[in-house]
This record gives sequence, structure tokens and C-alpha cells, in this order.
Amino acid sequence: MTGIYALLTSILTITLRAGTSLIYATVGETYTERSGILNLGVEGMMLVGAVSGFATAYYSGSVVLGLVAAMMAGALLGAIHAFLTVTMRANQVVSGLSITLFGTGLASFLGERLGPASNNHNLVGLVGPRFSPIAVPALSNIPMIGALFRQDPLTYVLYLLVPLAWYYLYKTRNGLNLRAVGESPQTADAMGVDVIRTRYLYTILGGVLVGLGGAHLSLAYAPGWAENITGGRGWIVIALVIFAMWNPARAVLGAVLFGGINAVQFRLQAGGTTVASAYLNMLPYLATILVLVVMTWWEALSHRIGAPAALGLPYMREEK
Amino acid sequence: MVERSPVPVVQMRGITKRFPGVLANNHVDLDLYAGEVLALLGENGAGKTTLMNILVGLYRPDAGEIAVRGQKVTIHSPRDASELGIGMVHQNFMLVPTMTVAQNVILGMRDLPFVPDMVGIERRIREFSDRYNLAVDPRAYIWQLSVGEQQRVEILKLIFRGADILILDEPTAVLTPQEAQDLGRMLEVMQAEGKSMVFITHKMGEVMAFSDRVCVLRQGHVVAIQRTTETNARELARLMVGREVLFRLEKQPARLGNVTLALQNVHAANDKGLPALRGVSLEVRQGEILGIAGVAGNGQHELAEVVTGLRPITAGQVVINDHDLTNCTPFEVIRSGVSHIPADRMSMGTVGDMAVADNIAMKGYRLPPLSHRGLLNRRRILDFARALIQVFQIATPSPRTHVKFLSGGNIQKTILAREIDACRGLLVAAYPSRGLDVGATEAVRRRLLEQRDAGSAVLLISEDLDELLTVADRIAVLYEGRVMGILPTAEAKVETVGLLMAGADENAAARQTAREAFD
Amino acid sequence: MKLILRKRETVSRRAGIMVPLVSFIVSLAFGAILLAASGANPFATYGAMIAGALGSGYGLSEVLVKSIPLILTGLGVALAFRMRFWNIGAEGQLTLGAVAAAGAALFWTQGLPGWTVLPLAILAGCVAGALWAGIPAILKAFLNVDETLTTLMLNYVAVLYSEHLYYVAWRAEGYNSGTERITELAWLPRFFGRAHTGIFYALVLAVVLWLLFRFSRWGFELKIIGANPTAARYLGINIARNIVLTLLISGAISGLAGAVEVLGLARRLQQGISVGYGYTAIIIAWMAQLDPLAVVFVAFLMATLLVGGDQIQMRMRLPASVGVVLQGMLLIPMLAGNLFKEYALRLERSDREPAAQEEVA
Repeated sequence: MTGIYALLTSILTITLRAGTSLIYATVGETYTERSGILNLGVEGMMLVGAVSGFATAYYSGSVVLGLVAAMMAGALLGAIHAFLTVTMRANQVVSGLSITLFGTGLASFLGERLGPASNNHNLVGLVGPRFSPIAVPALSNIPMIGALFRQDPLTYVLYLLVPLAWYYLYKTRNGLNLRAVGESPQTADAMGVDVIRTRYLYTILGGVLVGLGGAHLSLAYAPGWAENITGGRGWIVIALVIFAMWNPARAVLGAVLFGGINAVQFRLQAGGTTVASAYLNMLPYLATILVLVVMTWWEALSHRIGAPAALGLPYMREEK
Repeated sequence: MVERSPVPVVQMRGITKRFPGVLANNHVDLDLYAGEVLALLGENGAGKTTLMNILVGLYRPDAGEIAVRGQKVTIHSPRDASELGIGMVHQNFMLVPTMTVAQNVILGMRDLPFVPDMVGIERRIREFSDRYNLAVDPRAYIWQLSVGEQQRVEILKLIFRGADILILDEPTAVLTPQEAQDLGRMLEVMQAEGKSMVFITHKMGEVMAFSDRVCVLRQGHVVAIQRTTETNARELARLMVGREVLFRLEKQPARLGNVTLALQNVHAANDKGLPALRGVSLEVRQGEILGIAGVAGNGQHELAEVVTGLRPITAGQVVINDHDLTNCTPFEVIRSGVSHIPADRMSMGTVGDMAVADNIAMKGYRLPPLSHRGLLNRRRILDFARALIQVFQIATPSPRTHVKFLSGGNIQKTILAREIDACRGLLVAAYPSRGLDVGATEAVRRRLLEQRDAGSAVLLISEDLDELLTVADRIAVLYEGRVMGILPTAEAKVETVGLLMAGADENAAARQTAREAFD
Repeated sequence: MKLILRKRETVSRRAGIMVPLVSFIVSLAFGAILLAASGANPFATYGAMIAGALGSGYGLSEVLVKSIPLILTGLGVALAFRMRFWNIGAEGQLTLGAVAAAGAALFWTQGLPGWTVLPLAILAGCVAGALWAGIPAILKAFLNVDETLTTLMLNYVAVLYSEHLYYVAWRAEGYNSGTERITELAWLPRFFGRAHTGIFYALVLAVVLWLLFRFSRWGFELKIIGANPTAARYLGINIARNIVLTLLISGAISGLAGAVEVLGLARRLQQGISVGYGYTAIIIAWMAQLDPLAVVFVAFLMATLLVGGDQIQMRMRLPASVGVVLQGMLLIPMLAGNLFKEYALRLERSDREPAAQEEVA
């Protein structure tokens, strides 16, 4: 019996750890897409967040400063994307992809230049300050669920952030305006909501959270810096947003799913079976396609759930 | 009716508004008094919506002044109008389908708490709802609502924000007769509270039923302002449509052949799912032009689309040249030799980002000599285009110029060139001279007559009665998806047609006209 | 007074040339700043990049090597984009093309005459890519499912599957990862360093596509669908059929890219097949404004940047990622500048006048 408990507990722990960076980034990207802007630059933003967070923490000795740096880096890339897509009305797909390209290259570049001379200016292999897991007294001793309370501070912040993100989006005046902008910018505009400001705001905010997600990798999860530390997570985030149907609370489910699959597969590999791992890994992406198909079909019937209707389309007041 | 206070609640003086090529409002003076319902009557293009768009802050007038409650004002934006208590319910609703009624009502409102008290808001909406007879569930999602209910949400939006001057643009266009009656009752309640309303319409019945006064606009200026009780439908029709000297082109007598197009009891829905055609039956023969009259929005678009395969039919039959083409694809219809000059020349009839020559070849490119075994013969296409450019006198710097840079008249000529060249039997023309200057209009009409004389059947949909009376051999009037009557042009009188367009049935219209002969 | 953007009356040809040019210069400037900030001399660096990439036989051959998959995927993507079908699945289509070509060469052509192996492997690659693009095409054409996201998701499935193959299912004895070497019968010959004859496929295809776009009925219809789908329908063009057909071809071309990478370069299925060419292809296609011949040129330019980046890593001890960063930076000013082809910046009195296309009623 204890064997199973231990297994489940460790899966839960690993899932939460693995899922934290995903959830931050997914919440961020959800907000961005809710405003109607598709941001395919998540991978690049996470990498830049990771490297700037780590480098700042390393030199300053403070993880918190590292976090701030990561958030600012994410905000900057988010601002570039917003400028290109909202003001310059560029194609959102191309803009996002170039941010990924740029961000990925920039992160590699910084990773190979920002290090101390002693390490050949490289950041790889360095040990820097990190967020360590902090056990909440008493709660962490509960069997199984206790795993929830043996996490690092960034995960704890999520316990607050996710419900807040949900509440903000669905229960506040700002959230209402945001949703309207993503569904029907013409209507929102006609009703006096500043579409441009909204899109800028939430694209940059999304960038902040995505950068945070990247920082979690280099300041808590890995920790440290390595090339390709994100391992494609940025793309998973984009899938997760759809999977969660643009609902920040459901993002947790998705992140747990993806993170959980990772964890299970880890266990399986340790146990000797590797056959199923690739197929398991594919499941989330296939599931997302399925979700898309079902949603589109359902939406055609009922206008109920679906992507923000104006996602990916530039908004111009004069031309209809 | 509430006793009028001496100062009108809205005064518009000398409003003038110009758009490229059109004078939409020409020194219009208008007063609106508190507690009254004013109808703005006129045909399409008369300037009604433009005038109200100015009042509600969407347009700025080129000249003129507006005073609200005695104070001169400048209305820069819908927000300004809203602060003055003026609000408009447009024909195209501004609603977010995936949000609830209550959410739509409060969207964008300024003084809302950060976390809006939805329960309280819903309660207030229900109160307004009950008071003004605007039954709607505040928690319902917009996509769940009927069009009539959606309109009520639009009105509630205005009331919630404290509007007491309401403008309704063609409000009954999307309502069932039942809902239209409900609307009428709502207007009464609001009126009793001292609110003022303007509604824009082309329907005589509504004017007579709902309004206290009526203002008739024609071609940008006011032709009459009357108390409704002091006028009648016939007079209004005459004022609306005008009695200009009609310019009749030299027309050969029709040489009729076989029936080319036959519609039998056709029913079809519009984009919103509402019935647009309700049992339309008509025939067009070779060598004749059948004109379809009626104010836009009564099923004309759908009629053209149904004949050309762009819209499915829910009942009835479409027979072209004895082939049943009910619910066929556009390709099959084109292959049967049907040509279509669409109402929307830029978004449907041409590809603006492609060359004039390409656009001209867009029907014929599938066949030799323009293409052979899947490969286009560019030189032949160019020659073909040049020939047609000359014949149709399309003014373009070069056949390679992108169509979007041409003037409206030349774009239309491009479409004409293509469609007429490809026509083998039936030509459907929807509003072909809309927005064109006199010269281009004349060219279009001449071409239509040429086709007719060459033996084609032409179905001409137009909102310009003059055009129909000039060009068509017979006129069918469409109102709310039904054919109200089909008259030979030679016998049709402007007033009769006007009445039919406004919803009177054929017999009533004939009686009215006959009565006039005795006056 | 306010800076306002006004839509231009005519397409400015001058802007069409000036914008990419100015953007290129701006991005070089940004790159120079980055280089200077990290202690390198920008001019020396740029010089070394060019010299490294184009100044030596080795460099030139490597540029060709990288150009091949970039041209092919660029063509495939440009084809789809012409119809406004946002196919960002080139990466997955390329990967499965490589898988199928390797599979054909390694396993499925046993017992067949030797001269058939190469053509069949190439064919297999094309078919695999076509099918992988066909799925999202059908979903879009008949169920109206957004293609951006479906093509993206399928990339991951393809890459994961390929990883499974070369780490597990098809792994050769004694190797950590990767399949057996492919039989020489299926090799594409190399003619200049590692540059292989795949380049000819790429160039020929570019010319063929260019000709088809200009002279074929299909190209004509594609253009119409991309420019105005409403008009396309009105003209009787079958949009669904065209979407599927075009995407099958687009996927086949990207599949071909994967096939020639395996058959000409790696000569086995191994890690390094999917390195993001499919994504770079999107940027190439866009920068080339969807013109097939321009795609060749832009792909070449991108390859130069990549190889140049590799070169300066060795010579100047700068990170190879400089090339990638520059690539990304190249695009950002271009994206911004693209606006000016359609709009002109003017100083005007601020007014809330809507544009002159309002309905008059």
C-alpha cells in the first residue's frame, strides 16, 4: 500500500513542479489571446526570461531580482509583439514566430556572453541562487496531499494567482471589457472600451507571466541555465491555452495533464519501459486538436465556447 | 401625447454633410420635441441615417449646428452623445454573442465598481424590462436570443445609461409583426415618460401607426414635415418618391421568347436565419427586363443569391432554361449561362488586388481561347481584355492596373464587361447603378437594354424607381419577402409602385391610385 | 496636429523596395549595437560572417546545404500562404517526409530493383508530407477548424514520432540514437562539399511554381481565393477542393525537403532532422512576399546568416547564436515597415472623420 501512495505522491510532486512554469506562461498567454492577439513567441519569451532571470540572480545574489529581470524581459518582448501587431498591424503569426526566433537566439547569445570570465563567459554549468522548496508546517505532513505544500514559493504564489486570474477575467469590470475586446472589438470600441490600450496591456502582461514561467525553470526547476532549457514548453503553452479553452483556471488541468504525463513517463523510463513514452507525449497535442475540432463544430451550432472570436485579426476602426 | 414644451429638445439647423460624390444632407433643419415620436421617412440614399449618425456623434457635419435642450453643442463621439442623453439603436446590433444580456448592457460603462454587482444590475434590468415592456432575461446569452429580443437588449443599453432621446434605425426591419406591435407599445410607454424618439423607416404603415410627426427626406433635403394625423400614406408615398420628370430612354418594344427563369414559390432565409423570401413566384422571358422594386432589405439580395446559386432555398424551385437548378452550386449556374452583376462590386464582384484584365477574364478563363489544358494564355487574355475595355469604355491607365484603383463607375463597367460577355441567356443585375454618376449610370442602363434586345432575359433589382420605370418592361415589387404585385411598366404609376413598396397590397394600391384620379 | 496614418491611393512601388531595404539596414544597425555591447567590433563581425559564409569553398558549400531545405519548405509554405491558409506545419511535414524517405530506403523497398529505391524514397517523403498537411486542410475546408493551431499541434506529434523512431523503434544496433546508414542506392549525390543534388530539386521546383502561379488556371484561382474568397465563391471556384489540393502539394514539397535532407545529407534518420527549418520557412516565405523566385533568394540569405554565425563562432569566439539573433532581428523592422507600403504617415489636424467609405443612407 505504501508503495502506491509513495508513487502517487511523487507523481503529484513532480507534476506540480513541472507544471508551475507551464501554468504561469499559460495564464499569461490566455490573457493575451483573450484580447485577440495570438502570440506565438512564447518559446522565445520563456527562454529570454530564463536566461535573464538566472544571470541577474547570479550576479546580484538575489532570486527576487532575478524574477524581476525575467518579468521585465518578458514585458519587453511582449511590448515588441504588441507594437508590431497592434500599431503596425503586422501579421500576428509571423510576428510571434520572429519573436521566438529572436528570443531563442538572443537567449543563446546571452547565455554564452553573460557568464563570468572564469567560465568562458558562459552561463552553463554555473550554480546560482535558487528557490528551494519550503515545507508548510503541519499541512505538508498530510499523506499524499501534503505534496502540495512541499513546493517552492513560486508554486505557492500560483495557488493564489490562478483563482485571482479566474476571478479577474470573469467577475470584474476589466475582465468583462477584456473579453469583449477579444470577442468583438468593434462592439467594444463602440461601447467606449479602448481596444488598442487593452491589447497592449494584456500582451505585455502576458509577456510578464511568460517570462516568469521561464524564470521558474532556471531559478527553481532545473535550476541553472542550459541551452534549450525550455525544451519546447513554449509551444506546449500555446496548446494548453486552447486545451483550457481560454479559461485560466482550466489551465491548471492542462498543465497537470502535460506535467503529469512527463512525470509518469519519467517513472516508466526509470522502471525500464520506454516504448510508450513517445505516444504518451503526443497525447496532449492530439487531444488539443480534438478539442479544437469539437469546439469549432459546437460553436458553429451554438456560439457557446470557442476561441475569442477576434483572435488573430487586426482591428482597424475606419475600415470594416 | 404629452403637451409640447415650446423649446424643442433637439434642434438641428442647416446640417450639411458631403461624402465623395454624394451630398448626403443638404441644409437640413429638424426639430424634435420632448415626449414625441418623430418618423424620418425616405428612400435609401435619402440621407436619414446620415443625419442621425451626425446627431449621435459618428459623423461630423460639414456645416450646421445642433442644440440640445436649448444649449448649442458639438457632438464629437458617441460618448458625447451618450452624455447628452442621446442614443441610437443601429440596424447592425453591437452585441457580443458569447456574453449575457446584463454583461452587454454594462460593457464599457464608466462608473461601474471594479467588481460589478451583477445581481443588482440584473435586477435593475428586469425593472426597466417590465416598465418598458422589453421582456428579456438578463442572464441569457445573446446567441440564445431572437433578433427581436436582441433589439430589446440594444434599447435597454440606452435606457440603462439614461438616454432620453432615442433614435431607432429601421427598427421593424428585423421584427415579426407581433414583435413590431410590442415595439409600438414600448414606444408609447416611453413617450408617456417624456422621452423623445426618432425612428428611421421606409414603411408607411409604421409611420402612420407609431409616429406623432413625420419628416420626409428626399435626396438629402427635407421635403415635408407633417403631423401624422394630418396626412396619409398615399401623400407620404408621393413625397417620398417624388414626381420628377422621368427620363425615358428610347426603348424598342419587347420581343418576347421562351421563359428563361422561373421561380416557383421560393422560400429562403437570410444570414440571420430569418425568412427573407416567402413564397416568391415569378417568370422572366427572353427579350424582356423584369425589374424588382422595393426598398433594400426586403429580400432583394437573397433573391439574386438564390437565382445564382449563392444561397440555399428552403422550399420551392428555380428553373433556368428548363433545367431545374434549385440549390445548385454557383459553378453549375454559371455553366448554364447565367451572369450576375452583384450588389457588392468590391467585396464580391471584383478582386481589387488583381488587374483589370484578370478581373475581366474571371469568368471566361476556364475555356479556350483564354486557357488551354489548364494553362492560361496571357497574351490572349490581354487582347480579350483590351477589346472589352474599349467596347465598354473602361477608363483605366492600363489593363494591368489593379481594380481597386479605379473609380466606382469603371469598376462596375469591368464587371459589366465580364458578365455581359459571358452571358448566355440570363443576366441578373443587382443595384447595378448604385453609387455611380450620371454618365456611368446611363452606360449601365444602355447595356442592360442591349442585352434585352439581343434576346437575353434580364432580372434587374434596383432601389431606383426611375431606373426601373425607364428600363424594365415589367416591375415586380418585393416587400418583406413577398411579391406584392407585378405590373407592366407602361401602366405603372409612381404612386402605385410606391405604395406597393411600402407594404400595401396590389388591390389597395390600385384603389388608392384610382381614388386620386377623382381628386 | 497629429501623426495620422492614411491609406495610400496607389500601391507605392517605391515603398515596396525601400521598405525591405530600410528594414534590412535598421536590423543590421540593431545587430551592430548588440555586437558592440558584447565587446565585438560590428564591422569586423559582419565582415567575418560574410567571409566565412561566402568567402571559402567550404562556407559556400555549407550555405548551399542549408539553403536546400530552407528553399523547399519556404516554397511549400509560400504556396499555402497564397491562399491565406496559414500552414505553420512545415516542420512536421518535413519531419515525416524524412521519416518516410528513410523508412522506404531502409525497410520498405526490400526485394525491389536497385534503381527504384531512390525514386520511391523520394515519393514516400512527398506523400507523407502531403498527408500530414492534408489533415488540417480537410479540417479547415469542411469543418472550418482554424488551421494555424492544428498545423502547429501536428508538428509536435510528427517530431515526437520521429524521435520515437530514431531513439527506439528504428534504432540501429550499437548506436545511442539514429538508424542504420541508408543504402547507397538511395543517396543523393553530393557535388560540392556536402551540398547535394537536392538543390536542383529546389531550384527547379521554384521555377515550376513561379510558372504555375503566373500561367496556370490553378495559380489564377489560388490568387483569387487568397485575395477575395467571397469573389472566388461568386465566380464558381470550389474553395474546399482547392484548399485540400493546394495543401497536399504544399505538404508534399515540405516532405520533399525532409526526404532530401535524409537522402542527401544525413543519410540516416537521426537527431537533427528537425531543427526549426519549418518555422524559418514561414519567415522566408513572408519576406519573399510569397514569390517563389524571391524565396530562393531569401532562403539563400538566411542560410548565409546561419552559416556565417557558425563561422564566427570558430574565428572570433562569438556565439553561433549571433546568426540566429540577427535572423530574428531582421524580421522585426521588416514587419513594422510593411505597414508603410499601404499607409503613409501624415501630419494632419486631428479629426474623428471616418474614412470615405462609409455607407451613405
